[in-house]
Amino acid sequence: MADKLTIVVHSGDMDKIYSAMIIATGALAMGMEASLFFTFWGLMRLKKGGLEKGPLSKMHMLGLGKWMVGRRMKKANVASLDRLFKDFKELGGKIIACDMTMDIMGIKPDDLRQDLITDCGAVGSFLQEARESKVTLFI
Amino acid sequence: MATIKVNCVGETCPIPLVETRKALRNAQKGDVVEVTGTHPASKKEIPMAVKAMGLELLGIEDEGEKWTIKIRK
Repeated sequence: MADKLTIVVHSGDMDKIYSAMIIATGALAMGMEASLFFTFWGLMRLKKGGLEKGPLSKMHMLGLGKWMVGRRMKKANVASLDRLFKDFKELGGKIIACDMTMDIMGIKPDDLRQDLITDCGAVGSFLQEARESKVTLFI
Repeated sequence: MATIKVNCVGETCPIPLVETRKALRNAQKGDVVEVTGTHPASKKEIPMAVKAMGLELLGIEDEGEKWTIKIRK
């Protein structure tokens, strides 16, 4: 089996997108391959201008919690999602957009960050990646 | 053989690891990549990545909070 990581990014919550992107760029940095399958709320983050728009999964408090966590992240010098996506792509990571989600949510390819997306696909594309991955996660 | 310096002072997870990988990808075989940082976990994890990728760890130097890791591609 390949030294590969595949993650289903189902959540659009800001903190969970961070978890997914840190693990994924980390995997590439450790010499693994990495594929991310963006579906449901996760795919919403790939809409133009949507990257940082997700709420906090807990203690969002109408945005106050997110603002506080954001301030602490800045203080701790945590990389922006934009930078993590850029690094992910530069290191050869693959991003697959779920086309059923696009149908359900009425998202057109033009609405999405095509500069980030490698491919559109359905469950078969995910499984094709997953069956050859040592590590699979659902976030 | 060139020496490529990567400055990750003040950077946190996963940037030192990612910047090391980027530098190694762009380096030629035989080049030395020298990463300097302050993030404590990366000091342990960069050598793990180096080992996993089958590269040569030339050494780790400490200077207060700062560490420098030398890797040969």
